[in-house]
Amino acid sequence: MKSQLKLLIEIFITFFKIGSFTFGGGYAMIPLIEKEVVENKKWVTPEEVVDVFAVAQSMPGAIAINSSTFIGYKISGKKGAIVATLGVILPSFLIITLIAIFFSKFQNAPAVEAVFSGIRPAIVGLISFAAVKVSKTSIVDRTGLILALLSIFLVVIFDVQPIFIILGSAAIGLAIYHLSPKSTSKILSNGGNKN
Amino acid sequence: MIYLQLLVSFMKIGLFSFGGGYAMIPLIQKEIESHGWLSASEFVDIIAIAEMTPGPIAVNSATFVGYRAAGILGGLVATTGVAIPSLVLILIVSKFFFKFQHYPANKMMFYGIRPVIVGLIFTAAVFVAQTAFFKQEAGYSNILSNPLSVIDIKSIFIFGLSLIGLVKFKINPILIIILSGILGLILKIL
Repeated sequence: MKSQLKLLIEIFITFFKIGSFTFGGGYAMIPLIEKEVVENKKWVTPEEVVDVFAVAQSMPGAIAINSSTFIGYKISGKKGAIVATLGVILPSFLIITLIAIFFSKFQNAPAVEAVFSGIRPAIVGLISFAAVKVSKTSIVDRTGLILALLSIFLVVIFDVQPIFIILGSAAIGLAIYHLSPKSTSKILSNGGNKN
Repeated sequence: MIYLQLLVSFMKIGLFSFGGGYAMIPLIQKEIESHGWLSASEFVDIIAIAEMTPGPIAVNSATFVGYRAAGILGGLVATTGVAIPSLVLILIVSKFFFKFQHYPANKMMFYGIRPVIVGLIFTAAVFVAQTAFFKQEAGYSNILSNPLSVIDIKSIFIFGLSLIGLVKFKINPILIIILSGILGLILKIL
């Protein structure tokens, strides 16, 4: 009982940290989750993080909340899910409330703009580095590479909604499973079977 | 009862927005307009503030709108509202997810999905890069004839430094964010 309480506190602190330093939407969380949850705490595997984001993106709601709830559940069931969600939400809630009370023109302050002009390019570095890291476990063959490049192309050039891309790629995976038992067993005995 | 209205509105927003925070903005705008909670210019401020503060955009904007409409308790109610649908739905889904995780059909589904998620993470970087690397006021029209008038050199410099810090020195991402913020401030003063 006492050790579960300790774990829940640890989950809360970890997700509070992640919530405090995620700038720029759900995917900007991935570098932090990679570092804190996968590398430091070893609560989930790199493959599971990718699967979690696939589900988080396919469900309604904020990706950051969805993925925190999901990972929290994986670590410690329902309580873990609630604690992780509270942890990731609380920093935003506190900061925004303070801003709303005290600095109504926060975003026009030159110092804030200067700090943010430094953070933005670093976020690009963080997210692309995370993508490269994730690709090592997620792209296991040429089919995977083609799917990844195709998805970038469809989103950036044709503005396709990510949900359709995820559903399409799931359909491709299932089609291979049903149509080609040979490639399926090959994939499952290689990279597709990492967890 | 304003608290109940906020709760219901933001639960609706949480339940019907697919694709994360940015996809919520039009829904939030609709709810704000129909209840008259904020003016149009205040709404633009929210988006700017939500982008410049850490945390999910959905939570940031819910807290802000709730606070403006009904004080701290309003912020609390709106934030709770936007999180509840996620919490409930994900709890249901994750139960099944971990149960079927090792089924071959499920594995093959994720064999297809995983590379695409890598692609989506890259596109997130591309979208941030669009605002980070280009001077917004200059426009894109003379990017070929005079690239320096459009590309923000300082940003490219910080981007390079962050990659070196990550790859070569394995610096923690949180420290990278703090350092790059300080660097942005220093470069502004110089």
